[in-house]
Amino acid sequence: MRVILALALSVLALGWGVPAAYAQEAYKIGAIFSITGPGSSLGIPERDTALMVEAEVNAKGGVKGPDGKLHPLKLVIYDDASDETKAVLAAKKLIDEDKVTAIVGTTLSGTSLAILDTVQKAEVPLVSCAAAAKIVEPAAERKWVFKTPQSDFLITGVLADYLKAKGLTKVAWLNVDYAFGQLGWIEFEKAAQKAGLTIVANEKFGQKDVDMTAQLTKVKAANPQATVIWSIPPSASIATKNYADLGIKAPMFQSHGVGNKKYIELAGPASNGVLFPAGKLLVAEQLTDNDPQKAVLLAYAKDFEAKYGARNTFGGHAWDALYIVLGAMQKAGTDRAKVRSAIEATRNFVGITGVFDFSPADHNGLDRRAATMIQIVDGQWRMAK
Amino acid sequence: MTVTDQLAQYLASGLVVGGVYALIGLGFVIVYSVTRIINFAQGEFVMLGALLMVTFEARGLPAAAAFACTVAAVAVLGALLERAAIHPLRGAPPLAALIVTIGASIALRGGALVVWGTDPVALPPFSPGPPHHVLGATVVRQGLWVLAVAAVVFAALWFFFTRTYPGIAVRACAVNARAARLMGIRVDRMFLLAFALSGALGAVAGAVIAPITYATYDMGLMLGLKGFVAAILGGLVSPPGAIAGGFLLGLLESFSAGLISSAYKDAVAFIVLIVLLLVQVAGWLPWRVAEET
Repeated sequence: MRVILALALSVLALGWGVPAAYAQEAYKIGAIFSITGPGSSLGIPERDTALMVEAEVNAKGGVKGPDGKLHPLKLVIYDDASDETKAVLAAKKLIDEDKVTAIVGTTLSGTSLAILDTVQKAEVPLVSCAAAAKIVEPAAERKWVFKTPQSDFLITGVLADYLKAKGLTKVAWLNVDYAFGQLGWIEFEKAAQKAGLTIVANEKFGQKDVDMTAQLTKVKAANPQATVIWSIPPSASIATKNYADLGIKAPMFQSHGVGNKKYIELAGPASNGVLFPAGKLLVAEQLTDNDPQKAVLLAYAKDFEAKYGARNTFGGHAWDALYIVLGAMQKAGTDRAKVRSAIEATRNFVGITGVFDFSPADHNGLDRRAATMIQIVDGQWRMAK
Repeated sequence: MTVTDQLAQYLASGLVVGGVYALIGLGFVIVYSVTRIINFAQGEFVMLGALLMVTFEARGLPAAAAFACTVAAVAVLGALLERAAIHPLRGAPPLAALIVTIGASIALRGGALVVWGTDPVALPPFSPGPPHHVLGATVVRQGLWVLAVAAVVFAALWFFFTRTYPGIAVRACAVNARAARLMGIRVDRMFLLAFALSGALGAVAGAVIAPITYATYDMGLMLGLKGFVAAILGGLVSPPGAIAGGFLLGLLESFSAGLISSAYKDAVAFIVLIVLLLVQVAGWLPWRVAEET
């Protein structure tokens, strides 16, 4: 009997003793990405980047907390399948079961908007990787929510000013009929008004549509000087091919949603000459040496391409989100409220998407320097002239 | 671009998309008329057709051989589905089998996700080259392939159903399964044949549209629903009806996107479905959507 008791005690003692002897308490961050479903061309590079960051941080021994000790980083990643309901379930699971300190993601505007309530009520900091400005505005009502991609109005502003500068004032517009496209339209309409552009056609298509010829026929009939298509692949690529097949001569502009090689690969030669506003990552090598982001961009592009293939802006959004949260945890540890305040106090963070300056009034923290016009030339990205 | 040019373009786009819907709708009709089961895995046959076609071509098979292998593979899969999941349920109410087909569709989509991943993949057109211009409308070469393949399939099915013994036997089962059995027709073989045929039809649809739309693991759901609407439009038991229904739906979508608003294109298709089903229940339809046996 005594032997058994002794054994049991020693097992217990071992059980208790081992983790304490090994390492500090892990810092847990949750992540929700659209690894499957229509958003997967964005979500997969985000997941890949997140895993890369986790490995990178842990290779250095972990995150140095405010206690001065190194804590291993533990990422809990869920796939929301590009679906709003699944995103909410994943957020609840991260908060209630996994008890993460903060959440990065989701990939898509629709899913991010869907989980706002959940994270706000549970008072968990969220750094979204989705574009829509509505996710963080008004900042007073989005106390716990931040995001890293350039807001729609920033991107559409850069685009509208470029169109105006080139004298392309008669513009046709098409967008995919879910949150990304619809919110893009709302912001572009405002930016176009400000820049004095005339919208001569306004058409919609579905992300799973097989043919956009009917919509583009109306565009062709409207005889625009430029056409803007706001979507992501594959529908963005189908529209590009249809556009070329119909022989529409007006230059085509796309959104930052086509900032990956998949778009070019699917659209083929039809993508030649397409212009779009996006972050500087795609043209990092062509930046001037005094650009504050150049070094960070080149390092990330090198690491990512060594492991996963061609770079794209979406992975960069996840890189920014994770390192912003990690920076806050270095100052604030695992206390959710303190981490939130530390994120809000982040200044001059040189990221992939841009240089972030968060404030209580601005939970995106970027300005127009975070976007540039890029042109696809023979399957390669070039800074547009 | 003149108004007539625009109308011609809507007509051309509608016919190409309609040809695809007709092929998918036919798959629904053939299975339903013989077995009284609505096979919700039909859309996944289309998805498999598209993805297998891409894979076979990527492995170096010439387009014609890849096409034949794709159609044969999905036909076999359709037959396997019938043997593994539908056959054991004979005698059970059709609802049980219907739910099995929904399960099969989810399983096939999941399987495709594992095998092919989530990225869309492209397939080169069967004959490359610039699009044709017909009466002011632009038609891509692959669009003509869609229409030509659809026409060949329709002709072959007509021949099969009216001029060959197995085809007539399938029709006999569709009209009255019990009487057909009394006449010595092996009804369960006809079930198998119907599923294999619908698999082949789905694969044909998938393979011909892959160069236009790209192939992804989740393309089947929407295409399956559109094919279902086409089948319902045609009365659900009539192959010529499904063909007409497919083209009607394609044209309806194309013209409503062009003339009304592209924001309501899908809404139009599904409103048509709901209205038809309601009218059918109320008994106002000149043709019956689902004949009772």
